[in-house]
Amino acid sequence: MKTMPKPVYLAAGAYTVSLGPGRREFSPRTGRPGLDHYIREAGRAALAQIGDPAVIDEGVIGNFMAARFNRQGHLGSLMTIVHPALEYKPALRVEGACASGGLALATGIKSVLSGLAEVVLVMGVEVQNTVKSLYCADFLAGAGYYAGERKDGPAYFFPGKFSERAGAYAAKVGPEPARSAMARWYRNAVENARLNPAAQEYHNTVQDLFAQGLTPPNPRTFTEHLNLFDCSKVSDGAAAILVASEEGLRRLGLARQDVVEVAGFGQMAANLTAPPPDLTELTTCRLAAAQAREMAGIGIQDAGIFEVHDCFTISGLLSVEALGLAAPGGGAELVSAGATARTGPHPMNTGGGLVGYGHPTGASGVRMAVDLWKQLTGRAGDFQVPLAKEHGIMVSMGGNDKTVVSLVVRR
Amino acid sequence: MDLNTRLRQVAVVGAAGKMGSGIALLLALELAYRALETPDDTFILNLIDMNDAGLQSLVRYLRDQAAKDGERQINRLRTLFRDRADLVDNQDLVQEFVFEVLLRVRTGRTLALAGESHLVFEAAFETEEVKHAIYKDLAARCGPGTYFLTNTSSIPLQSLSEACGIPGRLIGFHFYNPPAVQKLVELIQPRTCQPELAALAGELARILRKKTIPDNDIAGFIGNGHFIRDGLYAISEVERLAPEHGFVPALHMVDRVSRDFLLRPMGIFQLIDYVGIDVFQLINQVMARYLGAHLRSPLLDRYLALGVKGGQTSGGGQKPGFLDYQKGRPAAVYDPDAKAYLAMDADWARLADARLGPVPDPTLSWKALSRDPDPTPKLTAWFRTLQDQDSLGADLARRHFRASRETGLGLVRQGVANSPEDVNEVLKLGFFHLYGPITDYLV
Repeated sequence: MKTMPKPVYLAAGAYTVSLGPGRREFSPRTGRPGLDHYIREAGRAALAQIGDPAVIDEGVIGNFMAARFNRQGHLGSLMTIVHPALEYKPALRVEGACASGGLALATGIKSVLSGLAEVVLVMGVEVQNTVKSLYCADFLAGAGYYAGERKDGPAYFFPGKFSERAGAYAAKVGPEPARSAMARWYRNAVENARLNPAAQEYHNTVQDLFAQGLTPPNPRTFTEHLNLFDCSKVSDGAAAILVASEEGLRRLGLARQDVVEVAGFGQMAANLTAPPPDLTELTTCRLAAAQAREMAGIGIQDAGIFEVHDCFTISGLLSVEALGLAAPGGGAELVSAGATARTGPHPMNTGGGLVGYGHPTGASGVRMAVDLWKQLTGRAGDFQVPLAKEHGIMVSMGGNDKTVVSLVVRR
Repeated sequence: MDLNTRLRQVAVVGAAGKMGSGIALLLALELAYRALETPDDTFILNLIDMNDAGLQSLVRYLRDQAAKDGERQINRLRTLFRDRADLVDNQDLVQEFVFEVLLRVRTGRTLALAGESHLVFEAAFETEEVKHAIYKDLAARCGPGTYFLTNTSSIPLQSLSEACGIPGRLIGFHFYNPPAVQKLVELIQPRTCQPELAALAGELARILRKKTIPDNDIAGFIGNGHFIRDGLYAISEVERLAPEHGFVPALHMVDRVSRDFLLRPMGIFQLIDYVGIDVFQLINQVMARYLGAHLRSPLLDRYLALGVKGGQTSGGGQKPGFLDYQKGRPAAVYDPDAKAYLAMDADWARLADARLGPVPDPTLSWKALSRDPDPTPKLTAWFRTLQDQDSLGADLARRHFRASRETGLGLVRQGVANSPEDVNEVLKLGFFHLYGPITDYLV
């Protein structure tokens, strides 16, 4: 597809609180809500913004590992608990590791493009605080090549994998510039999260976030090149948004200013069994984002708001380069200069992103689309930033840059 | 026989108790790691206790704690299990480790289970009668090469070992509570202790990552030598203050001064409750038998006769004693005349606090100072203020400080401790005091 064959819109976005360590109401000892709660809450918050839910033709839900975290499969059927109007219609769960939410969006968009649906309810959910973080690492390691990588891999598997990337990046740009930029990314993320009441770091009161971000990594207890502040959180949460055609918008009763248009999207997978071609580059993210821009017919400088997959601060820096905002190795300097802060020229992850809002893995891609929709329709509340440009870009990444969905949206 | 060979058959007597279960955990973990590192060796841990329910709780405790240790040591486990293709997830490794820990454990109610052990740890009830009975039985059941390590915190060992027919083969290896966490071990060598046993005990302490302080074989040793006298001093202070202020307010004041003015982790009466008034009295009786009747306390007899004992619940909660507690904090004081607890949230306590007067400004707490890498300057300033402060609280603090210091110096004079530093180390490591008693903060 060179261009979008017909207009497709995103509307009525919503997400839950990202619950987990950091939130005042979170306690590892007491009982917590499960999948049902989050699916219901996010889905109903989206439906509350429209007229009759009967106009929804189809449901898609992104989820990574409920089968292990919650011993629950069959989420396509489970998502019908949002509203009786979803019953006896198509519904499915899609999985692409941490890009599951991005895949759900792509699936919903393709359904609308196919003409088989005018309105699709797209959701994402993950409830991860059912196990200690050490065992959470086991489940998330399923996003890697289990048979080939897990046995000899680090205990905290993905932090270990991205620590390798951080180490390679530090060797490329220098340890100090790399560490400073990661600390700055952390500071930006938490400062943004403090403006987003649903964010896991909303209650964070640490004074000197940058100094905290500079904490030297401890390879004995965690990883060689990442500290705990470099990591996104273990999170419970869900997100929902409607994907609609022109006809769908009419049926929903929504005006153009309430929605954003999907100007283009890129979706691709890379070989799970092969190591990354270059540890200092998110190659698949770069290619998918270029595909989305090409379909939208825009250059990177046409976009004024960004959502990237900062599962770790290093992935944030590498995403800046994958988007083309900086040359290879130039991301650290750009981030350290504040260009990706909410006041900078490329405001990024303004609701906190994965480090600040949290990372309920299967929900993250959908949550990114919701934050772009909020910003471009002026609904971001305290974390709203002034927008000089019409476009926003998101990149949802799964595993170690293996499944990627990128969207370009226009207000 | 070297330590590794001895560790192939070990026993813990009194394993289901508070101290015994901690010692059992330390040994179970050590044996499991050894077994994984040298798969051809067999290691067995015999855990003996009269209490069947207690033994079951112990196995449960070992399972839970082994899992926690495996989680902390996950990188070590990933290396140790590197050749086990069937163990991939962290969860697989931790579960296998728990199995490896429990695999070496045998539980039973009779001392016969210790018969083949090369090392026997004993953490039984702290009376001479009980220890005599156990060691006489063990002497008959165990081989002549078996070494015995007792966790007694008060009973002189030379006479015990001679009376039980194990001279030279008994050493004091006194852990602090909880043994798995506390870094201190008091090492007490009776006069005729075999040098090989002394060397082996030192090596074992190093392997278990404990800091040892050598104590001499005099009832109470250093830790209880100070603690019991400190408790008896506090009781004498309550009795001195009671005619003017009333018994309950006096007890509240002495407890508060030791905690809030002397900056200890808990007040002296809270500490006695933590240990248990009954346990305190047992130790006290041993010390009185060997060191003189001046160490007896009729007040403690009165509390115990009233059934007020303190100590811990099986879940680790604090039972009421001198004080009663809410969420682990003192909330009421026992009145032995009224046979009831008087809540501290009342006018009598506010009046007592007012009589004590304020603590020095700026207010310091043990908790904050315990995280301070160098609390000395703050402590110096604090005590300088206390030195000159004209208040009842400051006066009680000065008196208590001096009494504690005199007790510490007495332990050195009487040959219980080899040096003032050893006394200070035991109080700092074993009792979490910020400073040892033999210091010059107050003169």
